[in-house]
Amino acid sequence: MKKQFMVLISIVFLILLFVLGINLYKSQQIRKYGFMARENASTFVREHSQTLGSDDAKVYLVEFSDPACETCGAFHPFVKKLMAVNPGKIKLVVRYAPFHDGADYFVKILEAARKQGKYWETLEVMYQTQRYWASHHNPQPKLIWKFLPRAGLDLVKIRNDMNDPEIAKLIQQDIADAKALNVRKTPGFFVNGKPLPSFGYKQLKELVESEISEYY
Amino acid sequence: MTNLDKASNSNWNIIFICWIIASVSTLGSLFYSEIMEFAPCALCWYQRIFMFPLVILLLVGLFPFDKSIIKYALPLALTGWGFAFYHYLLYSGFIPESLQPCSQGVSCSETYVDLFGFLTIPMLSLISFSTLVALLLVLKRRLSK
Repeated sequence: MKKQFMVLISIVFLILLFVLGINLYKSQQIRKYGFMARENASTFVREHSQTLGSDDAKVYLVEFSDPACETCGAFHPFVKKLMAVNPGKIKLVVRYAPFHDGADYFVKILEAARKQGKYWETLEVMYQTQRYWASHHNPQPKLIWKFLPRAGLDLVKIRNDMNDPEIAKLIQQDIADAKALNVRKTPGFFVNGKPLPSFGYKQLKELVESEISEYY
Repeated sequence: MTNLDKASNSNWNIIFICWIIASVSTLGSLFYSEIMEFAPCALCWYQRIFMFPLVILLLVGLFPFDKSIIKYALPLALTGWGFAFYHYLLYSGFIPESLQPCSQGVSCSETYVDLFGFLTIPMLSLISFSTLVALLLVLKRRLSK
Protein backbone atom coordinates (compact mmCIF):
# COMPACT_ATOMS: atom_id res chain seq x y z
CA MET A 1 0.00 0.00 0.00
CA LYS A 2 2.83 2.33 0.94
CA LYS A 3 4.51 1.65 -2.38
CA GLN A 4 1.43 2.49 -4.41
CA PHE A 5 1.19 5.73 -2.47
CA MET A 6 4.81 6.61 -3.18
CA VAL A 7 4.37 6.11 -6.91
CA LEU A 8 1.12 8.05 -6.94
CA ILE A 9 2.70 10.97 -5.09
CA SER A 10 5.61 10.92 -7.53
CA ILE A 11 3.28 11.01 -10.53
CA VAL A 12 1.34 13.94 -9.10
CA PHE A 13 4.56 15.73 -8.17
CA LEU A 14 6.11 15.26 -11.63
CA ILE A 15 2.99 16.49 -13.40
CA LEU A 16 2.75 19.51 -11.10
CA LEU A 17 6.40 20.28 -11.76
CA PHE A 18 5.78 20.05 -15.51
CA VAL A 19 2.78 22.39 -15.40
CA LEU A 20 4.66 24.80 -13.14
CA GLY A 21 7.54 24.73 -15.62
CA ILE A 22 5.18 25.58 -18.48
CA ASN A 23 3.77 28.57 -16.61
CA LEU A 24 7.18 29.82 -15.53
CA TYR A 25 8.55 29.52 -19.05
CA LYS A 26 5.55 31.23 -20.64
CA SER A 27 5.58 34.18 -18.26
CA GLN A 28 9.33 34.52 -18.67
CA GLN A 29 8.93 34.55 -22.48
CA ILE A 30 6.23 37.21 -22.30
CA ARG A 31 8.46 39.37 -20.14
CA LYS A 32 11.39 38.83 -22.47
CA TYR A 33 9.45 39.78 -25.60
CA GLY A 34 7.88 42.73 -23.82
CA PHE A 35 11.37 43.95 -23.06
CA MET A 36 12.49 43.39 -26.65
CA ALA A 37 9.44 45.24 -27.96
CA ARG A 38 10.32 48.26 -25.83
CA GLU A 39 14.07 48.29 -26.20
CA ASN A 40 14.46 46.86 -29.63
CA ALA A 41 11.29 47.55 -31.57
CA SER A 42 13.08 47.30 -34.89
CA THR A 43 13.35 43.52 -34.48
CA PHE A 44 9.57 43.42 -34.85
CA VAL A 45 9.09 46.15 -37.48
CA ARG A 46 11.80 47.04 -39.96
CA GLU A 47 11.93 50.03 -42.25
CA HIS A 48 11.27 47.74 -45.21
CA SER A 49 8.33 45.89 -43.64
CA GLN A 50 5.06 46.00 -45.52
CA THR A 51 2.21 47.21 -43.32
CA LEU A 52 -1.55 47.41 -43.60
CA GLY A 53 -3.87 49.60 -41.56
CA SER A 54 -3.92 53.06 -40.07
CA ASP A 55 -0.69 54.69 -38.90
CA ASP A 56 -2.53 55.78 -35.75
CA ALA A 57 -3.34 52.20 -34.79
CA LYS A 58 -2.09 51.31 -31.34
CA VAL A 59 -2.16 47.56 -31.72
CA TYR A 60 0.68 46.24 -33.85
CA LEU A 61 0.05 42.76 -35.17
CA VAL A 62 3.35 41.41 -36.46
CA GLU A 63 3.04 38.27 -38.54
CA PHE A 64 6.04 36.20 -39.57
CA SER A 65 4.72 34.37 -42.58
CA ASP A 66 5.63 32.35 -45.62
CA PRO A 67 3.57 32.59 -48.83
CA ALA A 68 3.99 28.82 -49.29
CA CYS A 69 2.71 28.02 -45.79
CA GLU A 70 -0.80 26.60 -45.75
CA THR A 71 -1.60 27.73 -42.22
CA CYS A 72 -0.55 31.30 -43.08
CA GLY A 73 -3.04 31.17 -45.95
CA ALA A 74 -5.71 29.89 -43.61
CA PHE A 75 -5.01 32.68 -41.10
CA HIS A 76 -5.00 35.47 -43.66
CA PRO A 77 -8.80 35.91 -43.97
CA PHE A 78 -9.06 35.63 -40.20
CA VAL A 79 -6.54 38.42 -39.65
CA LYS A 80 -8.30 40.61 -42.20
CA LYS A 81 -11.60 40.01 -40.46
CA LEU A 82 -10.07 40.97 -37.12
CA MET A 83 -8.92 44.22 -38.71
CA ALA A 84 -12.31 44.87 -40.28
CA VAL A 85 -14.10 44.34 -36.97
CA ASN A 86 -11.74 46.81 -35.24
CA PRO A 87 -11.31 49.52 -37.89
CA GLY A 88 -8.29 51.79 -37.44
CA LYS A 89 -7.10 50.02 -34.31
CA ILE A 90 -4.86 47.33 -35.76
CA LYS A 91 -1.78 47.68 -37.90
CA LEU A 92 -0.65 44.51 -39.60
CA VAL A 93 3.08 44.12 -40.23
CA VAL A 94 4.14 41.38 -42.62
CA ARG A 95 7.52 39.79 -41.92
CA TYR A 96 8.94 36.86 -43.81
CA ALA A 97 9.98 33.51 -42.47
CA PRO A 98 10.20 31.45 -45.67
CA PHE A 99 10.90 28.13 -44.00
CA HIS A 100 9.66 25.96 -46.86
CA ASP A 101 12.32 24.98 -49.38
CA GLY A 102 12.42 27.54 -52.15
CA ALA A 103 9.79 29.72 -50.50
CA ASP A 104 11.95 32.84 -50.79
CA TYR A 105 11.17 32.71 -54.52
CA PHE A 106 7.57 33.66 -53.75
CA VAL A 107 8.65 36.36 -51.33
CA LYS A 108 10.75 37.84 -54.13
CA ILE A 109 7.72 37.89 -56.44
CA LEU A 110 5.69 39.51 -53.70
CA GLU A 111 8.27 42.21 -53.09
CA ALA A 112 8.59 42.81 -56.83
CA ALA A 113 4.82 43.22 -56.99
CA ARG A 114 5.10 45.85 -54.27
CA LYS A 115 7.03 48.04 -56.73
CA GLN A 116 3.93 47.97 -58.92
CA GLY A 117 1.72 48.84 -55.99
CA LYS A 118 0.05 45.46 -56.11
CA TYR A 119 1.40 43.89 -52.93
CA TRP A 120 -1.85 42.99 -51.18
CA GLU A 121 -3.56 41.90 -54.39
CA THR A 122 -0.64 39.56 -55.12
CA LEU A 123 -0.61 38.17 -51.58
CA GLU A 124 -4.34 37.52 -51.90
CA VAL A 125 -3.86 35.69 -55.21
CA MET A 126 -0.98 33.67 -53.77
CA TYR A 127 -2.96 32.46 -50.79
CA GLN A 128 -6.03 31.74 -52.88
CA THR A 129 -4.14 29.66 -55.44
CA GLN A 130 -1.64 28.20 -53.02
CA ARG A 131 -3.05 24.69 -53.20
CA TYR A 132 -2.21 24.55 -56.89
CA TRP A 133 1.43 25.58 -56.64
CA ALA A 134 2.39 24.57 -53.11
CA SER A 135 0.28 21.56 -52.27
CA HIS A 136 1.57 19.30 -49.52
CA HIS A 137 4.44 21.58 -48.57
CA ASN A 138 6.07 21.13 -51.95
CA PRO A 139 6.26 24.54 -53.62
CA GLN A 140 6.54 24.52 -57.43
CA PRO A 141 7.84 27.96 -58.43
CA LYS A 142 6.95 27.57 -62.10
CA LEU A 143 3.28 26.96 -61.46
CA ILE A 144 2.64 30.31 -59.85
CA TRP A 145 3.22 32.38 -62.98
CA LYS A 146 -0.06 31.18 -64.41
CA PHE A 147 -1.96 32.80 -61.54
CA LEU A 148 -0.06 36.07 -61.19
CA PRO A 149 -1.91 37.95 -63.99
CA ARG A 150 -5.01 37.77 -61.76
CA ALA A 151 -3.39 40.39 -59.55
CA GLY A 152 -2.96 42.67 -62.55
CA LEU A 153 0.83 42.42 -62.59
CA ASP A 154 3.31 43.24 -65.31
CA LEU A 155 5.08 39.87 -65.39
CA VAL A 156 8.08 41.03 -67.39
CA LYS A 157 8.76 43.68 -64.83
CA ILE A 158 8.29 41.17 -62.00
CA ARG A 159 10.90 38.86 -63.52
CA ASN A 160 13.33 41.76 -63.58
CA ASP A 161 12.55 43.25 -60.20
CA MET A 162 12.49 40.02 -58.22
CA ASN A 163 16.25 39.63 -58.61
CA ASP A 164 16.96 42.95 -56.97
CA PRO A 165 19.66 42.28 -54.34
CA GLU A 166 17.76 44.61 -51.99
CA ILE A 167 15.00 42.02 -51.81
CA ALA A 168 17.43 39.23 -50.98
CA LYS A 169 18.88 41.43 -48.23
CA LEU A 170 15.42 42.15 -46.85
CA ILE A 171 14.65 38.42 -46.69
CA GLN A 172 17.93 37.77 -44.88
CA GLN A 173 17.09 40.46 -42.35
CA ASP A 174 13.63 39.01 -41.74
CA ILE A 175 15.01 35.51 -41.28
CA ALA A 176 17.58 36.85 -38.82
CA ASP A 177 14.85 38.66 -36.87
CA ALA A 178 12.67 35.54 -36.89
CA LYS A 179 15.57 33.65 -35.36
CA ALA A 180 16.16 36.37 -32.76
CA LEU A 181 12.49 36.20 -31.80
CA ASN A 182 12.52 32.41 -31.67
CA VAL A 183 10.01 32.02 -34.51
CA ARG A 184 10.41 28.42 -35.65
CA LYS A 185 6.99 27.89 -37.18
CA THR A 186 4.78 30.00 -39.41
CA PRO A 187 2.67 31.96 -38.97
CA GLY A 188 4.40 33.48 -35.96
CA PHE A 189 2.34 36.25 -34.39
CA PHE A 190 3.31 39.03 -32.02
CA VAL A 191 0.71 41.49 -30.76
CA ASN A 192 2.49 44.61 -29.50
CA GLY A 193 5.49 42.38 -28.97
CA LYS A 194 3.62 39.68 -27.08
CA PRO A 195 3.72 36.14 -28.47
CA LEU A 196 0.59 33.94 -28.52
CA PRO A 197 0.26 31.94 -25.30
CA SER A 198 -0.46 28.95 -27.54
CA PHE A 199 -1.20 28.66 -31.23
CA GLY A 200 -4.75 29.07 -32.53
CA TYR A 201 -7.42 31.41 -33.89
CA LYS A 202 -9.02 31.89 -30.52
CA GLN A 203 -5.73 32.74 -28.79
CA LEU A 204 -4.90 35.31 -31.47
CA LYS A 205 -8.32 36.91 -31.21
CA GLU A 206 -8.13 37.06 -27.41
CA LEU A 207 -4.66 38.57 -27.39
CA VAL A 208 -5.64 41.22 -29.96
CA GLU A 209 -8.80 42.04 -28.01
CA SER A 210 -6.95 42.33 -24.71
CA GLU A 211 -4.46 44.73 -26.31
CA ILE A 212 -7.30 46.75 -27.82
CA SER A 213 -9.07 47.07 -24.49
CA GLU A 214 -5.80 48.15 -22.92
CA TYR A 215 -5.10 50.94 -25.40
CA TYR A 216 -8.58 52.17 -26.33
CA MET B 1 11.71 -7.05 9.28
CA THR B 2 13.71 -10.01 8.04
CA ASN B 3 16.80 -9.65 5.89
CA LEU B 4 14.94 -11.07 2.95
CA ASP B 5 12.28 -8.37 3.21
CA LYS B 6 14.90 -5.65 3.37
CA ALA B 7 16.63 -6.98 0.29
CA SER B 8 13.43 -7.17 -1.70
CA ASN B 9 12.54 -3.67 -0.58
CA SER B 10 15.74 -2.20 -1.89
CA ASN B 11 15.31 -4.14 -5.13
CA TRP B 12 11.93 -2.48 -5.51
CA ASN B 13 13.50 0.88 -4.72
CA ILE B 14 16.08 0.48 -7.46
CA ILE B 15 13.37 -0.02 -10.08
CA PHE B 16 11.42 2.83 -8.54
CA ILE B 17 14.43 5.16 -8.93
CA CYS B 18 14.87 3.96 -12.51
CA TRP B 19 11.23 4.78 -13.16
CA ILE B 20 11.68 8.28 -11.71
CA ILE B 21 14.74 8.86 -13.92
CA ALA B 22 12.87 7.68 -17.01
CA SER B 23 9.85 9.84 -16.15
CA VAL B 24 11.93 12.95 -15.55
CA SER B 25 13.82 12.38 -18.81
CA THR B 26 10.60 11.85 -20.74
CA LEU B 27 8.89 14.93 -19.33
CA GLY B 28 12.07 16.94 -19.77
CA SER B 29 12.42 16.05 -23.43
CA LEU B 30 8.71 16.76 -23.97
CA PHE B 31 9.21 20.13 -22.31
CA TYR B 32 12.03 20.98 -24.69
CA SER B 33 10.11 19.92 -27.80
CA GLU B 34 6.51 20.87 -26.97
CA ILE B 35 6.86 23.90 -24.70
CA MET B 36 10.15 25.46 -25.72
CA GLU B 37 9.60 24.23 -29.27
CA PHE B 38 13.08 22.95 -30.00
CA ALA B 39 12.64 20.54 -32.89
CA PRO B 40 14.19 17.18 -31.93
CA CYS B 41 16.92 16.03 -34.32
CA ALA B 42 17.02 12.48 -35.70
CA LEU B 43 19.32 11.14 -32.99
CA CYS B 44 17.17 12.70 -30.29
CA TRP B 45 14.23 10.81 -31.72
CA TYR B 46 16.06 7.48 -31.48
CA GLN B 47 16.91 8.17 -27.86
CA ARG B 48 13.29 9.11 -27.16
CA ILE B 49 12.13 5.86 -28.75
CA PHE B 50 14.11 3.92 -26.15
CA MET B 51 13.38 6.21 -23.20
CA PHE B 52 9.60 6.70 -23.43
CA PRO B 53 8.56 3.02 -23.16
CA LEU B 54 10.70 2.60 -20.04
CA VAL B 55 8.25 4.81 -18.14
CA ILE B 56 5.42 2.35 -18.75
CA LEU B 57 7.53 -0.79 -18.61
CA LEU B 58 9.20 0.01 -15.29
CA LEU B 59 5.91 1.05 -13.73
CA VAL B 60 4.37 -2.29 -14.69
CA GLY B 61 7.39 -4.04 -13.19
CA LEU B 62 6.77 -2.30 -9.85
CA PHE B 63 3.30 -3.70 -9.16
CA PRO B 64 3.83 -6.41 -8.12
CA PHE B 65 7.61 -6.34 -8.19
CA ASP B 66 8.74 -8.50 -11.09
CA LYS B 67 12.45 -9.24 -11.34
CA SER B 68 12.18 -10.16 -15.01
CA ILE B 69 11.74 -6.43 -15.64
CA ILE B 70 15.54 -6.34 -16.03
CA LYS B 71 15.31 -8.69 -18.96
CA TYR B 72 12.99 -6.25 -20.75
CA ALA B 73 14.27 -2.90 -19.56
CA LEU B 74 18.01 -3.45 -19.89
CA PRO B 75 18.09 -3.96 -23.68
CA LEU B 76 16.08 -0.76 -24.17
CA ALA B 77 18.32 1.20 -21.82
CA LEU B 78 21.49 -0.18 -23.42
CA THR B 79 20.36 0.63 -26.96
CA GLY B 80 19.32 4.11 -25.88
CA TRP B 81 22.68 4.52 -24.18
CA GLY B 82 24.39 3.61 -27.46
CA PHE B 83 22.55 6.36 -29.31
CA ALA B 84 23.16 8.83 -26.50
CA PHE B 85 26.87 8.05 -26.49
CA TYR B 86 27.11 8.40 -30.27
CA HIS B 87 25.17 11.66 -30.09
CA TYR B 88 27.48 12.93 -27.38
CA LEU B 89 30.58 12.13 -29.46
CA LEU B 90 29.04 13.85 -32.46
CA TYR B 91 28.03 16.81 -30.40
CA SER B 92 31.36 17.35 -28.77
CA GLY B 93 33.14 17.01 -32.09
CA PHE B 94 34.86 13.62 -31.74
CA ILE B 95 32.96 12.47 -34.81
CA PRO B 96 33.10 14.94 -37.72
CA GLU B 97 29.98 16.76 -38.89
CA SER B 98 29.98 15.16 -42.33
CA LEU B 99 29.34 11.72 -40.88
CA GLN B 100 26.20 12.69 -39.07
CA PRO B 101 23.05 10.85 -40.14
CA CYS B 102 20.73 13.77 -39.46
CA SER B 103 17.94 15.12 -41.56
CA GLN B 104 18.38 18.49 -43.21
CA GLY B 105 16.02 20.30 -40.92
CA VAL B 106 17.65 20.05 -37.53
CA SER B 107 21.32 19.59 -36.89
CA CYS B 108 22.25 17.11 -34.18
CA SER B 109 25.19 19.25 -33.16
CA GLU B 110 23.39 22.53 -32.70
CA THR B 111 23.44 23.84 -29.14
CA TYR B 112 20.01 24.67 -27.82
CA VAL B 113 20.50 24.51 -24.12
CA ASP B 114 23.55 25.10 -21.99
CA LEU B 115 22.64 24.76 -18.32
CA PHE B 116 25.23 26.12 -15.91
CA GLY B 117 27.66 26.35 -18.80
CA PHE B 118 28.24 22.63 -19.29
CA LEU B 119 24.99 20.64 -19.25
CA THR B 120 23.66 20.24 -22.77
CA ILE B 121 20.70 18.16 -23.95
CA PRO B 122 22.82 15.27 -25.33
CA MET B 123 24.76 15.20 -22.06
CA LEU B 124 21.57 15.07 -19.99
CA SER B 125 20.43 12.14 -22.11
CA LEU B 126 23.75 10.34 -21.72
CA ILE B 127 23.66 10.86 -17.96
CA SER B 128 20.16 9.44 -17.57
CA PHE B 129 20.79 6.44 -19.83
CA SER B 130 24.08 5.72 -18.04
CA THR B 131 22.40 5.87 -14.64
CA LEU B 132 19.60 3.61 -15.84
CA VAL B 133 22.03 1.03 -17.24
CA ALA B 134 24.16 1.15 -14.09
CA LEU B 135 21.19 0.71 -11.75
CA LEU B 136 19.74 -2.13 -13.80
CA LEU B 137 23.12 -3.89 -13.85
CA VAL B 138 23.44 -3.51 -10.08
CA LEU B 139 20.00 -5.04 -9.65
CA LYS B 140 20.87 -7.85 -12.02
CA ARG B 141 23.93 -8.72 -9.91
CA ARG B 142 21.96 -8.55 -6.68
CA LEU B 143 19.28 -10.86 -7.99
CA SER B 144 21.66 -13.43 -9.46
CA LYS B 145 23.38 -13.89 -6.09
